Amino acid sequence: MFSETVVLRGHIIDSLILPKVLDQILTQGGDFKIGEIKIGQNRVDQSYARIEVSASTHEALDDIVLRLRQHGAEVIEKADVQLAPAPADGVFPKDFYVTTNQQTFITLDGAEIEVHPALMDCAIVIDRSARRATARKFHEVSRGMEIVIGHQGIKVVPVQRSTSHTAVFEFMSTNISLEKPKSGVIREMATELKRARKEGGKILVVAGPAVVHSGAVPHLERLIELGYVDLLFGGNAIALHDIENAFFGTSLGINLERGSLAERGHENQMRAINIIREAGSISRAVETGVLKSGIMAACVRHGVEFVLAGSIRDDGPLPEVITDTLAAQDAMREKITGVTAALMMGTMLHSMAVANLLPATVKTLCVDVNPAAVSKLTDRGSFQSLGLVSDLDPFLRELTATLAR
Amino acid sequence: MRQLLLCPPDYYGIEYEINPWMSRARGADTPLVQAQWKGLFETLSKLDCKIELVPPRPKLPDMVFTANAGLTVGHRFIPSNFRHVERSGEAPHFARWMEEHGYEIVWLPKELYFEGEGDALFGGDVLFCGYKFRSDINSHRAVADILGCLVISVELVDPRFYHIDTCFCPLPDGGAIWFPEAFDEYGQRAIRDHLHDLIDVAPEEAAHFSCNAVVLDRDIVLPEGAPKLVATLRDRGYICHELPMTEFLKAGGACKCLTMFLPQREKAAL
Repeated sequence: MFSETVVLRGHIIDSLILPKVLDQILTQGGDFKIGEIKIGQNRVDQSYARIEVSASTHEALDDIVLRLRQHGAEVIEKADVQLAPAPADGVFPKDFYVTTNQQTFITLDGAEIEVHPALMDCAIVIDRSARRATARKFHEVSRGMEIVIGHQGIKVVPVQRSTSHTAVFEFMSTNISLEKPKSGVIREMATELKRARKEGGKILVVAGPAVVHSGAVPHLERLIELGYVDLLFGGNAIALHDIENAFFGTSLGINLERGSLAERGHENQMRAINIIREAGSISRAVETGVLKSGIMAACVRHGVEFVLAGSIRDDGPLPEVITDTLAAQDAMREKITGVTAALMMGTMLHSMAVANLLPATVKTLCVDVNPAAVSKLTDRGSFQSLGLVSDLDPFLRELTATLAR
Repeated sequence: MRQLLLCPPDYYGIEYEINPWMSRARGADTPLVQAQWKGLFETLSKLDCKIELVPPRPKLPDMVFTANAGLTVGHRFIPSNFRHVERSGEAPHFARWMEEHGYEIVWLPKELYFEGEGDALFGGDVLFCGYKFRSDINSHRAVADILGCLVISVELVDPRFYHIDTCFCPLPDGGAIWFPEAFDEYGQRAIRDHLHDLIDVAPEEAAHFSCNAVVLDRDIVLPEGAPKLVATLRDRGYICHELPMTEFLKAGGACKCLTMFLPQREKAAL
């Protein structure tokens, strides 16, 4: 959204100029926010209103403002952002502006520029010649780059709570309780995934090994087969437990069918790693027919891209696991363009990491058996996340059944 | 006794086109111009008025429309800042004349277009001001600051009725005659909110500039061509003086445009 601040003064209430201006903004497809209003006390006292007018394009905004000027609206000149050079590679200047995951605009030479991507915990780097503003992490900054400092000339457009339809995100704040009926929430989640797919947005699944432990592999496979997964992010564990299960029917040595410890089951995991390493990669193992079933095999077969980020306790790791965390973040960031819905299940670590990379406009659905994990994710200040405390097997079973219907 | 300012039509003519009424192809008939203006002068003279005359100037044909010279309240005169360059030459002549006659001249900032009594008429304790075609709405705020009164700004939407005095005329009993379609819906509502006894003028009568009337207590001097309005006004006890104004209509003016009150009000607030 592009915006300008205008001021109206005079007998704007008695003359009905204020309602006229507000109606005009809406009629022309714009939106407004009244920043300040002072109404004259006596009959002859003049009134004052400061209004932020916004529209989806520069042109639409210009058209609206042009009309409003006729009715006496004066445009407030915007202050430019303040800039300072990065003092060293990987170091932001003192007082650098810390980004949020909301849509953000900066004013440079009097004009607004949108910051891309909408990524939190970054600094904004300005390229004057290209008139570009980019959110960058520490390691992406080199000495001398121009970086926004302070708060002047920065506008953050928070994601608005939906008012147009009774969507799932209207009851998105306090629905993590175990006591609440789940079917309704799951149905709404399914609707959201359908909407994302229909509107051409990508669906991201972030999953932890609990998907495998809880016996939900067939449901996630089904979700992939139904075309509701475009991207899979996780760690070494989800892939490894899935592959161990595919080869040996166990997860960390536990027989998933019977729930009992398999004989020499503790070896299965290491043997699984070795098979994949021998094949060269998970993808190769699927292509050569070594790995035939499971989540990872379904991903490879259905062209679902995956990013596996390593951690210090990993066994192996599997060949595709990225062990440099910054490189893993970069790989994830590169892939999330176009994602409009993210389903995060059974992993607090990866869910938090991914949530920090997503713009606030992405709708996130978090499911975990641990209420703390769900509340941590849904309490990120965005209206766009919905949490559900549930075991993954029944959740995924019902979700896929609803989607398949 | 009311004092009025008029300007003899010695240099009047259709020499440019700055409103939909004007066409250089349709010039004014000079003897008729003189006769019609004289008719107005004599009618007003008989109505217990003191008439002042500002000397006309060559090449300023519209000086005859003195209502657009500015707005006079008490001893203060706010000169117009004409929108069209064709008329901007009138301002210094009017200002000098007013100054010589003891008025305090209060100029508006140059960038604010304001066309005087043509776009500013008192009704009750409210100053109704028209905007868009000639005056800027921001000039209304400046006028309100100077006079300390409530100013209702109304948008004019029909280019034929480019000044508020062409479509709106307050009456001394608190009402007004008006042509509602000349205003946008917000302007109509704002006027209705502040004046309760409004007399609507039919479109065909409004086109004869029937609202462009000089009201002197119970006497109303207006152009010919509004039999329905005249009947309504007579029913309410007004005395109507209908005058031929065809030659001034060719420039988009009539009785009120040819007359400025000296002052329109003694005080802005009643």
